[in-house]
Amino acid sequence: MGLFFLRRLGVMILTALCLTFIVFFLTNLYPNLEKLAKTQGNFRMSDEQVESYLRKEGYMQPTPIKYGQWLGALPGWTLETPDGVTGRCIDGIVTPAQAADARQFCGILQGDWGVSTVFKTDVASIIGERLGLTAKLMFWVMVLMVPSALIIGVLAGMREGSRTDRTLSTFSILSTATPEYVSGVILIAVFASSSVGLKWFKGTATGAMKDATFENFFLPVLTIALYGMGYIARMTRASMAEVMTAQYIRTARLKGVSFRNIVVKHALRNALIAPFTVIMLQFPWLLNGVVIVETLFNYKGFGWTLVQAASNNDIELLLGVSVVSVIVVLVTQLISDIGYVWLNPRISVS
Amino acid sequence: MEPIGWIEITTRILTQLWPVWAALFATFALSIRFKRRLGLYGKLFDSPIGMTGFALVMFWVFAGVFGGGFDLITTHDVLSQVSGMKNKVPGTPLNGAEAGEYPYYLMGGDNLARDVFSRVIVGAWEVIKIAPFATLFAFMVGITLGLPAGYYGGKLDTFLSFLANLILAFPVILLFYLLVTPEIVATGIPVYMAGVLFMFPIVFLVILFNARFHTQPSKRNLYLGITLVLGLWLYLGIAWNADPLGLISMPPNLLVVFVSVVFVNSPTVFRIVRGLAMDIKTRDYVAAAQTRGEGPWYIMLWEILPNARGPLIVDFCLRIGYTTILLGTLGFFGLGLSSESPDWGSTINEGRKLLSIYLHPALPPALALLSLVLGLNLLADGLREESLKD
Repeated sequence: MGLFFLRRLGVMILTALCLTFIVFFLTNLYPNLEKLAKTQGNFRMSDEQVESYLRKEGYMQPTPIKYGQWLGALPGWTLETPDGVTGRCIDGIVTPAQAADARQFCGILQGDWGVSTVFKTDVASIIGERLGLTAKLMFWVMVLMVPSALIIGVLAGMREGSRTDRTLSTFSILSTATPEYVSGVILIAVFASSSVGLKWFKGTATGAMKDATFENFFLPVLTIALYGMGYIARMTRASMAEVMTAQYIRTARLKGVSFRNIVVKHALRNALIAPFTVIMLQFPWLLNGVVIVETLFNYKGFGWTLVQAASNNDIELLLGVSVVSVIVVLVTQLISDIGYVWLNPRISVS
Repeated sequence: MEPIGWIEITTRILTQLWPVWAALFATFALSIRFKRRLGLYGKLFDSPIGMTGFALVMFWVFAGVFGGGFDLITTHDVLSQVSGMKNKVPGTPLNGAEAGEYPYYLMGGDNLARDVFSRVIVGAWEVIKIAPFATLFAFMVGITLGLPAGYYGGKLDTFLSFLANLILAFPVILLFYLLVTPEIVATGIPVYMAGVLFMFPIVFLVILFNARFHTQPSKRNLYLGITLVLGLWLYLGIAWNADPLGLISMPPNLLVVFVSVVFVNSPTVFRIVRGLAMDIKTRDYVAAAQTRGEGPWYIMLWEILPNARGPLIVDFCLRIGYTTILLGTLGFFGLGLSSESPDWGSTINEGRKLLSIYLHPALPPALALLSLVLGLNLLADGLREESLKD
């Protein structure tokens, strides 16, 4: 188990390095840097001005070196100007003596995530704050999605082919076929529209960032939960239906155990192994949903930050966002693997 | 003229869609008549779920082809803006209609005073043009790489699986934001990616024919010749925009959308094919083929692949639906396709801004996308049920 864990960890780190390098490479292509220079300076910069701006900000070095500096494996760049010395690890322009005292390495490994060019603040603090808001959203999504999906799946799977099964399965298919931007629009139209709708909820979740109430937070939570729910419910149904045909269930039934007890005490535990993995693997997809829903409901969380960073080519923020999302994806994959082995003793890692 | 009521709107929409009804009726009549002779496709008509799904899918296919391709259904031009029709409710008479023009906006006007009904119909054409082909290409890439990975295993498998997991660990939206921007198009990266990805169908077909017919050189040369001439011609035109005859080309923004959708879909296909190949290679008929002295590619493409077709066909349907969702996502974030484009994602995105006041610009494309994806899901379910019955 220990060796398995270590190997997985190694692959994880390698994956994370590759992915961040790809993001780094794509964001540091020259047309992107040119766009960055023009949004930071002014839009009528000449080509020479763009190049001198980029040189001053340290963007003109070869990409692998810049990546090493961002990672904190190579010493940060410094540049001597007539006014003094600037550099990656130096704030503003300082004298050579102060520059000599400054830190040599400042990258992700040193906990230095850089500065966002859009928000003009520290990337680490932006990500921390936005991630907190998204965590709140995700928590309620999980609270709503997981139990309802499991209940739907178990109810549908315990009597395969019955009318309940048909109805619930249709609902699951319908919910997997509805992406967030469709269900969000329909839900807003039905529940929040000021002209014809029921006006039960609010169509925007901006207020929910400070204090979330049922009225302003339910629609975004429901929108994300619906899309994931169908898939988990279908998995649970398949797994439950398979367990219900097992020998030991038949034995229990022949012994005269009540149907209720068979489902709750015998079938349920074994039927929930497969959905567990599925729930963990849903995280990357939920991340997608988060981006769409936060844009749709104007909730300024992690997904909203991703859109802002990507559309403005805010390199350091975008890298920070991708580091976090890649880690979330990889850690959930690891947890799902370990959980699967732990829940199902028939499978061994070696 | 007075605005027309809901009953008349519905009747007019149904009449306007007559080519679709005719085509659907013909398809169903012929298919049910000959269903015993049509294999898996014929069996689909034994399952109500499969039939419902098939009907939904074909509805949009015909609507797209007749509306977008032949201009039969649409009532107005999708880009023309008529003054005085901005955000007008469904059934509003056209402002200053001339003779020969359709007198109503059947589903109202959007915030740029364009006809919503026509845009939804042409939006179907946008999906039909891209989604099936992108999915097919993703399958070619996934099959060409997944079969050897599953069959040989070892270092090749480790390497390819690592690459696939790498792409799968990327949040899809981040990847789209990085790939589908004008700046990246300017660097030419999508063209290189297209150059690599679009090679796979040609490679796949060449290996396919060569593995089967290498003992009959005349037949093989014929098939390979046709594949190579047609394939390379299309390849040059689509990927490099260098068709020597100047007939085939692809707009750069469409190419980048196509490439990124193929790129995102192929790792999943790879994983499915690899899993199936690992399972099937232990079967007796594979051992028999090995004993006969067949080459590895013959075994992979003519023994393993046909026996993996059931799950692959089901996944193909599901994946077209998923591709439709992805295309909508791209449109929703305003990536790739031009902002005027009538595809459903862009239309939903435009409509949602005024959603609390006007529902009619956003709801029809949303329901259209929902019904198409639902149809594909039901179709996949029907196919799965019928293929398991054997």
